[in-house]
Amino acid sequence: MAPFVIYSFLGLGIPALAVIYEAFRGDSGGWTLSNVNEIVHGVFLTGFENSLKLGLLSALIPGVLGVFLAYAIQTSKSNTLRRLSATASGVLANFGGINLTFIFIATLGSTGVLTYWLQDLGIKLTSIGFNLYSFSGVLVVYMYFQLPLMVLVITPALGGLRANWREAAENMGASSWRYWLHVGVPVLLPSILGGMLLLFGSAFAAYATAETLTLGLIALSPIQIGNFLNGNVIAGQTHVGYAIAFGMLIILAITMIVYSLVRKRASKWLQ
Amino acid sequence: MAPIGGPGSLFEFEAVESEPVAEFSSGAPTRRRRIRWWRLVVLVLAGVYFLIPIYAGLKFSFENVAGHLSDQAFRDLPSAPGFTAALTLSLKLALATVVISTVLMVPTSIYVHVRVPQLRRLLDVVTVLPIVIPPIVLIVGVLGAFPQWAKASPYLLSFMYVILAMPFVYRSLDAGLGAIDLKTLAEASRSLGGNWFKTLWRVILPNIRPALLSATVLTLALVFGEYTMASLDLWTTIPVWIVQFNTSSNGHIQVAASMLGLVGTWILLVLVVSLDRSQSRRSRRKLGA
Repeated sequence: MAPFVIYSFLGLGIPALAVIYEAFRGDSGGWTLSNVNEIVHGVFLTGFENSLKLGLLSALIPGVLGVFLAYAIQTSKSNTLRRLSATASGVLANFGGINLTFIFIATLGSTGVLTYWLQDLGIKLTSIGFNLYSFSGVLVVYMYFQLPLMVLVITPALGGLRANWREAAENMGASSWRYWLHVGVPVLLPSILGGMLLLFGSAFAAYATAETLTLGLIALSPIQIGNFLNGNVIAGQTHVGYAIAFGMLIILAITMIVYSLVRKRASKWLQ
Repeated sequence: MAPIGGPGSLFEFEAVESEPVAEFSSGAPTRRRRIRWWRLVVLVLAGVYFLIPIYAGLKFSFENVAGHLSDQAFRDLPSAPGFTAALTLSLKLALATVVISTVLMVPTSIYVHVRVPQLRRLLDVVTVLPIVIPPIVLIVGVLGAFPQWAKASPYLLSFMYVILAMPFVYRSLDAGLGAIDLKTLAEASRSLGGNWFKTLWRVILPNIRPALLSATVLTLALVFGEYTMASLDLWTTIPVWIVQFNTSSNGHIQVAASMLGLVGTWILLVLVVSLDRSQSRRSRRKLGA
């Protein structure tokens, strides 16, 4: 037990404490609030705003679509389909990083396969405001692992919807809409919210795909931290990178607290 | 997961095989057809979304610069400048990570299961932290706080990868240990005169082999896909090499290398999912007996 405690303290505790400590240190020593003040203004504030927007959008869109997809898979009569999608979701949900970048450049980049197909149909991606190497591109690429992740998280909850609830609603004359409105959605809501919080956290904190896709030019908090480490820093601001990391830690801590509360509520229906 | 390496995810291999939502018996046939039609649309759209990038990746990989079908990119890959060095580094880091991770996590998990089950909750919390604290934040802290000699070694990455792999490794081992009757096995071994090392090596480890294997496979997938820490710590591992590869000479090599990474990871992960399934079947059998 002791080796494990020491190891996790060195590998998790020290880096986290260092981030918090350095966030409040001045470049020439001494305690200061100027780093924290710096990140709630100007370009670093924009970074947080964009990251939050990216997190929210890539929680909501794959979150909602994932529920429909999971339901479509679950109610399917084909056993093979269900087994296949369980494996596929498990694999795809773990699939982020730089490989995804290059696969999508081959798909939606300027000479990408899908770009050409759409061109043949008379649709120019740039004219509908889509650019793979910008915010919209990052969002589409993130969905590639967010959607399967949502399917994985929500499938057990869908299994908790009992057939007799629906039958009871039907017997009392409820339409399909009313069943979903008054029974299905309220029961699923905590699980859906929990799943969305996870998606938010993973999109908010992700670095590799956004960095390599936009060559570090997109204003997202993780990318800005990376720029500090890469040495693209204005003199006299070396501690601002720590302050951004500190801000991210706070947002993620809040997310996880809400998640654990929602999770508790969700488990009520899953016994 | 990232993956692996990418956005963290750990919930993936839990029981996904639940019963289908019972199809509703009293529905009129017309509505049933409508439901089926709706489902078909959703599934086809999802299939298209997930398959087109794979098709595009394959097409780019098997095309030469002139645009003709060819396996040139894969044949050029091993001799591409820097590839061998990057592969060697990644292999070394992978080996070190797997060894450290196993030596650290296996005894810890067994000890907690046998001696202090009360601490399992604590371990649950600690091992989920690497998902809450993202790699980008961890590496900032590491580069800020660690001494120069540690930062000069590539094995600092292995040290941190053990942390990043903890959520998968611990959960995998925890499930494996939960599926066997650890206490009885340990006591039986001791009463037959086995010391703790013999008990570990000849009794417990063979019984959790699927869990060990899936923990190893997940760790490998992580090390070979991780970009954030490696690039910021300035070590050219395979993912960093792919990104830095000079596109102007041949962009197909980049896509081909990504496709290899992707297919490799998929094979590894499919292996893990089927291992987990065989294990949960085993534990179900045990509970039924």
